Amino acid sequence: MSEKNQALTDQQLLDMFYYMLLARRSDERMWLLNRSGKIPFVVSCQGQETMQVASSFALEKGTDYTAPYYRDVGVVLTMGMTVKELFLQAFAKAEDPNSGGRQMPGHFGHRKLNMLSGSSPVTTQVPHAVGMALALKVKQQSAISFVTLGEGSSNQGDFHEGLNFASVHDLPVIVMVENNQYAISCGIEQQVNCAKISDRALGYGIHGETVDGNDPIAVYTAVKQARERALNGDGPSLIEAVGYRLTPHSSDDNDLTYRTKEEIDQAKEKDGLIIFRQQLKKQAILTDEIEAKYESKIKDLIDEATTYADEAPYADEATLFDGVYHQ
Amino acid sequence: MTVMSYIEAINRAMKEEMRRDDDVFLLGEDVGKRGGVFRASEGLYEAFGQTRVIDTPLAESAIVGVGIGASMYGMKPIAEIQFVDFILPAVNQIVSEAAKMRYRSNNDWSCPITIRAPYGGGVHGALYHSQSLEALFASQPGLKIVMPSSPKDALGLLKAAIRDPDPVLYLEHKKAYRLLKEDLPDEEVLIEIGKANTVRKGDDLTVITYGLCVEFSKKAAEKLTEKGHTVELLDLRTVYPLDEQAIIEAAKKTGKVLLITEDNKEGSIISEVSAIIGEHCLFDLDAPIFRLAAPNVPAMPYAPPLEKAFMVSEDKVYEKMLEVAMY
Repeated sequence: MSEKNQALTDQQLLDMFYYMLLARRSDERMWLLNRSGKIPFVVSCQGQETMQVASSFALEKGTDYTAPYYRDVGVVLTMGMTVKELFLQAFAKAEDPNSGGRQMPGHFGHRKLNMLSGSSPVTTQVPHAVGMALALKVKQQSAISFVTLGEGSSNQGDFHEGLNFASVHDLPVIVMVENNQYAISCGIEQQVNCAKISDRALGYGIHGETVDGNDPIAVYTAVKQARERALNGDGPSLIEAVGYRLTPHSSDDNDLTYRTKEEIDQAKEKDGLIIFRQQLKKQAILTDEIEAKYESKIKDLIDEATTYADEAPYADEATLFDGVYHQ
Repeated sequence: MTVMSYIEAINRAMKEEMRRDDDVFLLGEDVGKRGGVFRASEGLYEAFGQTRVIDTPLAESAIVGVGIGASMYGMKPIAEIQFVDFILPAVNQIVSEAAKMRYRSNNDWSCPITIRAPYGGGVHGALYHSQSLEALFASQPGLKIVMPSSPKDALGLLKAAIRDPDPVLYLEHKKAYRLLKEDLPDEEVLIEIGKANTVRKGDDLTVITYGLCVEFSKKAAEKLTEKGHTVELLDLRTVYPLDEQAIIEAAKKTGKVLLITEDNKEGSIISEVSAIIGEHCLFDLDAPIFRLAAPNVPAMPYAPPLEKAFMVSEDKVYEKMLEVAMY
C-alpha cells in the first residue's frame, strides 16, 4: 500500500476493503451457480476488485456518471447497486434493473445510479461517457463521467475517437483502462507495442498515468486527482491500472490453453485484495473480529440475494415487444 | 407563406427547434463557422454560439457516440454526418447502441438523437458522394428512418425527428437541396413519423416510392395522364418502420404496383415493400410487382454518361409507368 493514504480515514479504508470482499465473494458465488447449472454465464471481476472499488471511492455517488464495462462488479457495487440487483441480473430475472434479464450478465446500466447502459461490442461506452461529459459541461454541472475498459479495448477506434474529442473540448471525463494483461487468450504483447497504455495520452494531449491496480491508495489518489482536474476545467485523464485477470475470460473459457497455472499462482500472490487485507491487519485497522463480521454479513447478503433471484420470476413472454420504441 | 428550398427548410427546422428547446444542439464536421459544407446550418453558429453548434473532430463514430452520450443526459443532439457515404464508421454506434438502448435497458435509458446525413446522386458525386444507404439501417427495430421528398416534408419531418424520444436517422437528398422549392406556411409544420403520404390519387396503377423519386414520379404521372392513365402515388416518408397499412391499401386500390428507389435493387427498401404486398395483396393484384431501381453495381460512377445510366430519372419512371399501365 502506497504512503499517500492520509486522505482516507480508517473507516474509509475498511469500507473499501468491505466492497472489495463483497465483489470477490459475489463473483465466487456466481461461478458456483454457473458450475452447478443454475446460471448459464459468468464474466468475472476477480483480480480487478481493488482498482474497481478504489477508483469508484474517488467518485461522487449520485452526482458523477459511470459507464462501467463487463467486469466491473466492484464498480457497480460501490456506486450503489445492491447485491440483490447483481444476482437478479446474473439470473436474468424480470426485476433486474440493468436490463430486466434481456442482456447477458455483466452488461450493467442503472439510471437511478447515473450508470449508463453498456453493450457487448467493446469500447462503444467511451464516446458515450465523453458525450455525457459534454452535457455536464454545457449544463455547468459540478460532476464528471467515469468510464472503464480493458487494455485490449484500447485498440478500438472508439477509444481514439472518444479521447481525442474529449481532449479537443476539455471535457470532464476519466477514462480508466483496467489492464488485466489478457484480451481473452491474447497477452498484452499481442495487443500493444507501447510500454504503457497510458503512453497513448501523449498523443491526445491529456494527462496520462499508470498505477499499480493492486494498490488501492494509488488508484484512489490517481482518480481523485483526475476528478479535481476535470472539475477545474483541465480536461480528461487517461489512467491505466495494472492488474491481472485471475479467472478465465468467462465461464465458457479455458485459460489453461494459453497460460500456465504457475503464472496464475504468481499473480495470486500480488492479489490486491489479499495484500490490502494483510496491510490493514498489520496497521491494526482491520481486526479478525471485523473481518469475520464482514464475511458473515456478506455471506448472508449473498445467500439472501441468491435465493431471492433464483425464485424471482422471469419477464413474461408478453413483454417481448416492450421498449422497442417509446410507448 | 414563404418560398423555401429543401435545404432552407432543413435550416428553418433546426433554427425553430433550437429556439424552442435549449437542449437541442448540433454537432458535426464543419457545421459551425462554415455553416455546413452544403450550408444546411448557415447562421446557426452566429445565432446560438459554439456550445450549441459544435464543430467536431473528423471522426464519425465519435460524432454519433458523443451525441448518444449527451442524449442519455437528456439533451437532444442533432448529429450531422457530412455525407451518408461516410456514416459507416458510425454503424456500430447507430445499430449496436442507439437502436438498442431503450430495449436493452428495459426502458430505463433512451436515446433521443437525430442523425442527419445527405444521400443520393445526380450531383457528380461519384461512388462515395452519391449513395443511398438506407437499406443498411432498415432492419433495426429501435431506429426510425425518414427521407423527405419535398421542402414541406423536410421541415415537418425534421422537427418531428428532433422531438422524437427515440433515435431517428434523417436522410436528406442532396440534389433536392436546391432543386426543390415550394411555398411553406409561416406557422409551425410538424409531420408524423411512421405515416406514408398519398401524394396523388389515381385508378390505373400504384407507385410507391420515397425521397427524390417522389418528384420524378409526380412529373411522370402528370405526363402519363395524357395517355389516359392515372397514378396513385404513395410517398413512404418513413422508410423504417414501414407504414404497412398505407402500402396495402395503395396496392389493393389499383392492383398494379410499381415500386421505385434510387438505391441498388437487391435488398432495398422496396424489396421489403414488395414482400408486404406479396403477403397481403396477392389476390388483389392484376400484374406482377414491378421494381425500378439502380442496377446492381457497387455505386454511381463519376463520368456523366455512366452516372445518367445508373440514376433513376423522370424519363425512366415515365417509361416504366407506361409499361405497368399497359400490362
